[in-house]
Amino acid sequence: MDVIHTIWLRNVKRYLRSRSRIVGSLGMPLFFLIILGFGLNSVVTIPSVSENYVEFLVPGIVSMSVLFTSIFSGVQIIWDKQFGFLKETLVAPVSRIEIMLGQTFGGATTAIIQGTIILVLSLFVGLNIPGIGGFLIAFGFMALIGVGFTSLGIAIASRMEDMNGFQLIMSFLIFPIFGLSGAMFPIESLPPMFRSLTLADPLTYGVEGIRFGLCGVSQINPLTCLAVLLSFSIVMIFAGAFLFRKVKM
Amino acid sequence: MKAVTVVDLTKKFGDFTAVDSVSFDIEQGEIFGLLGPNGAGKTTTISMLATILSPDSGKALVAGHDIQKDQPGVRKSIGIVFQDPSLDEELTGWENMDFHGRLYRIPKKIRLERMEELLDLVGLTERKDDFVKTYSGGMRRRLEIARGLLHRPKVLFLDEPTLGLDPQTRNYLWDYIEKLSNEMNISVILTTHYMDEADRLCNRIGIIDRGKIIAMDTPENLKETMGGDVITVRSPDYHGHIADLKRGWIEKVESYDGCFSIALHGAEEHLPELIRILVERQVTISSVSIHKPTLEDVFLHYTGRRIRDSGNSAKEQMRMAYRARRH
Repeated sequence: MDVIHTIWLRNVKRYLRSRSRIVGSLGMPLFFLIILGFGLNSVVTIPSVSENYVEFLVPGIVSMSVLFTSIFSGVQIIWDKQFGFLKETLVAPVSRIEIMLGQTFGGATTAIIQGTIILVLSLFVGLNIPGIGGFLIAFGFMALIGVGFTSLGIAIASRMEDMNGFQLIMSFLIFPIFGLSGAMFPIESLPPMFRSLTLADPLTYGVEGIRFGLCGVSQINPLTCLAVLLSFSIVMIFAGAFLFRKVKM
Repeated sequence: MKAVTVVDLTKKFGDFTAVDSVSFDIEQGEIFGLLGPNGAGKTTTISMLATILSPDSGKALVAGHDIQKDQPGVRKSIGIVFQDPSLDEELTGWENMDFHGRLYRIPKKIRLERMEELLDLVGLTERKDDFVKTYSGGMRRRLEIARGLLHRPKVLFLDEPTLGLDPQTRNYLWDYIEKLSNEMNISVILTTHYMDEADRLCNRIGIIDRGKIIAMDTPENLKETMGGDVITVRSPDYHGHIADLKRGWIEKVESYDGCFSIALHGAEEHLPELIRILVERQVTISSVSIHKPTLEDVFLHYTGRRIRDSGNSAKEQMRMAYRARRH
């Protein structure tokens, strides 16, 4: 436990110190929120979910920022590899699984912080304040997204030599996951083919879960969301742990 | 009990044998040096002893733990300073130490005490709260050494500890390493391709080339085998003419790129006669120098090459090893 805590602590410390990273990664979500939110608010209403497009969009943007931060945190071990710091951790008398879990929880924590900042900022652009219970549900789903996708990032990073492939991951993994997640549009309005892709996207269940917490309504049953996302996170932890175990020093 | 026992350790990368049945022991409290050119197999040897790589054959015990059967036992009893930097630059020196102490599960009170003590030992107390990215190369090295000692290892591995440092910093580091081994009675294995470093620091040296240990003894004994003095003659006629030069007072004659060296006792007395013989044989002499044998002469004697000349082929070997490893 203390080893996991140590590695968690290092990740959180580094995150809190990199002001430019925090501010930098707020840019895109805020841009989406403000431009899309206000741009489309007057012309888009989503019956049965929300009368207000900004309100519909907020859970999606929160998920987006958690997704980006967590994958990025996982992939960060490539830098540790390149700067040599990973060797220091790997040669210590600790198990790989402890290192991997510390990294995962560290990444998830930074992702939750990042999501929370967006959440707080969206209170200013028109999100109605839900009850404390709603916030807690939203945090729970943020944590699950964080854990699942940080693990995915670690799994990817374990197979990568350097950051050259990162652009590829950005274009062919992160953006599709975000785009298909129903963060910006209701699932029912999609053609059937896309709808099944959306339902296959684990982030969809995160977005819907957070939406249930913040708006009180969702298109997918929140318990289904919980079950799917929890399973996804567990599978990703196993995948990440398995691949990380094979990382050579 | 020996601090380290190595028997016939072998590591191959594809067809390339990086370490070829290497055997040696190290006593508790001893500083042992693996001296050889780049790519000779020094780092590979150390990596196997530190459980980073697993050997293809052979056996080794580190502080009584088998490197293959008891990896956690080995890891707890060693400290290691890698050839490449391994600090977190975004953390302070103190935080890097603290991270290490927590990772090795040192109880808080002891951890903080030792951190103070070790940072003081390597002279970094004043800079402990600065980010590592602001440290100089020498300071980083010292921090890495202090960090490697935090969990009181029985054996400390130093892989090219002074590579790329300026002469003054190297001298400081040598002092620190000597002080450590005296005060804490830990065994140190260091790899180096600097002759003076091996000579100055090590109680015993294993000279390693192309994966094999070709000579192993104290620096004094190694140099002693070369005879009392060495006369080096620089000459364009270094090949031919000199092969049969060996006689009563000339113990060894070896020629290499642009020079030949003659090992003998009492070089000062014999120099005039040597010059006369060379002049008689019409050997052109560009310059002559007399010096006490160094480890460079020892290496030259065993391999026919100078350490610094071995660089190119060594680079080639490393590239081969790297390629083999990726497959």
